[in-house]
Amino acid sequence: MTTAPHSLSKLIDLSWARVFAVFLKELVQMRRDRPTFAIMIMMPVMQLVLFGYAINTDPRHMPAVVEMREDGPLTRSFLASLAQSTYVDVIAITPRAEDGEAMIRSGQATFLISIPEGFERRLVRGERPQILIAADASDPVAAGGAIAAIQQVAAQAFAPEFQGSLSFLAPLPAPYEIVVHRRYNPAGVTAFNIVPALLGVILTMTMVMITSIALTRETERGTMENLLATPVRPLEVMIGKTTPYVFVGAVQVAIVLAVAMLLFRIPFTGSFLAFLIAVTLFILANLMLGYLISTVARTQMQAMQMTFFIFLPSILLSGFMFPFRAMPLWAQVIGEALPITHFLRIVRRSF
Amino acid sequence: MTDTVIDVRGLTKRFGDRTVVDQFDLKVPRGAIYGFLGPNGSGKTTTIRMVCGLLKPESGEGEVLGFDVLKESLKIKERVGYMTQKFSLYEDLSIRENLEFISRLYGLDRRAERVDQALADLGLSERQAQLAGKLSGGWKQRLALAACMIHEPELLLLDEPTAGVDPKARRDFWDAIRRYSAQGVTTLVSTHYMDEAVQCDSIAYIAYGKKLIDSPTAEIPKQIGLYGWSIAGRPLMRAQEMLEASPGVDLVARFGAEIHACGKDPAALERAVGAVKAAEPHVDITPIEAGFEEIFIYLMSGAMDNFQ
Repeated sequence: MTTAPHSLSKLIDLSWARVFAVFLKELVQMRRDRPTFAIMIMMPVMQLVLFGYAINTDPRHMPAVVEMREDGPLTRSFLASLAQSTYVDVIAITPRAEDGEAMIRSGQATFLISIPEGFERRLVRGERPQILIAADASDPVAAGGAIAAIQQVAAQAFAPEFQGSLSFLAPLPAPYEIVVHRRYNPAGVTAFNIVPALLGVILTMTMVMITSIALTRETERGTMENLLATPVRPLEVMIGKTTPYVFVGAVQVAIVLAVAMLLFRIPFTGSFLAFLIAVTLFILANLMLGYLISTVARTQMQAMQMTFFIFLPSILLSGFMFPFRAMPLWAQVIGEALPITHFLRIVRRSF
Repeated sequence: MTDTVIDVRGLTKRFGDRTVVDQFDLKVPRGAIYGFLGPNGSGKTTTIRMVCGLLKPESGEGEVLGFDVLKESLKIKERVGYMTQKFSLYEDLSIRENLEFISRLYGLDRRAERVDQALADLGLSERQAQLAGKLSGGWKQRLALAACMIHEPELLLLDEPTAGVDPKARRDFWDAIRRYSAQGVTTLVSTHYMDEAVQCDSIAYIAYGKKLIDSPTAEIPKQIGLYGWSIAGRPLMRAQEMLEASPGVDLVARFGAEIHACGKDPAALERAVGAVKAAEPHVDITPIEAGFEEIFIYLMSGAMDNFQ
């Protein structure tokens, strides 16, 4: 009877003093490894800020260009409401169709809202004229919310106008029709947006991570000392060390392209040469970023953590997961500094 | 070419506000084996790194193989073989791949031939495809020596090359060093072992970043002037404790069944030993000549603080 607790205590022969000894040692080691400690503190702060402030799945302030073929009280009222809406920012008003086309094609505007000639006259006649919204739907999330919002804006803009002599236009259905053209991704397929963009994420992850340990591994294993003693120059080491990974990147690109086109049937519509140049630049930029990390990090562990420091904003602030335009300005500034942001714009227009 | 291979003056290196090497001068003639002694952390590695151009001194000047240590470190690197304290070849490359990599970095001609020759000299021709990481400590050290000799350097800088290597491998290693020396290769070697120190032509002793002794090995005992007594008998524990606490005794060391007590002041030493004899009448005391062994222990224990 009395032996039971005794044997139990023997089974879990735990000395809290030893546990405490290990605990203390870990604390001291953690405190010594300043960069890792800093990242452990910074990581939650960064995530909170990014998810809390920067990321907005209800995108607002999307740049829109309005093609106004007619200037009347009704259309002006619509324009005024549009300008007040937080969903779109009217960046230009033009009477010429070519200007609007050019802006949406170049990516300056996400929306082209065009009001046809004779809109008011046909409205009053009850001919249900069309307002055309052409949306760059290569990012379906970004486009979707705003399209719904523009329809709302139109209803609100016209409602006060449909009074008095025009009150016969007030009852539903609306006396006009809003036609939405989803350009570049007519079916709004999410895979069309995600799969090509994944190429950017994959390349960022692997290229940065591989090169981030390029130098730290040499330092950690002691081989750096030998390398330094030979006549090899720093630039030679840098070029020699990163070049193999350009080929690794090329293989990754080929795999993703093949999967995207064969498995997901995503059409490649852009210029292949431009894409090749962009992808090469992107791979090089990532390799250099990783190499930079490897010059700062003291251990491979630190290098890995610093890689995540790049990786996290690359996913969250680049427009990969969440609409870029929907982020506050400061987050867009950070996003612009990341290579992947620019690569995503190119790759999404290529497919 | 001049006959002085290393000629550096006033080398000083600071890490933060800590002076690691302070006003270091060294002259090493061609073909010499120069021993570099000093306790751990005395600045030996830092000095060697400055000599081969890996580290820029804060102040000082000098020439290595006739090239300016400050401005011509690349030319120095091409002509110097530096063997690091820790194995610094690639453990995940094979023996042959390591040698080929190094010979490519030096831009050597007849690469395959040189590597074959080095492998044959090492006796590793059959195991050339083996990963370097799989080698034992002694073999790793021989491979490292082969790697830093492959470009036929005129100067070898060896930083504690035999640490953690068995005695047989150490002897073989020193045979190789002497062979190179006979061919005119100059060697600066740091070591912790006395049997290696005695094989050097000259010894520079450094402690706390300052060079305290620099002279031909044979002259060192005379130069330091250490007096010694042997205390024999049993038990010796109390005698040892008494000696360690006595003023005038700079070194107490066990030599087999005896204790050797040494000091720079013969009168003070004799008083201390006499006091031990009085307290422990069963011990026998005899004056001895402090040999290189005693001096080496004396030097390595860092007892040189108040020397000069």
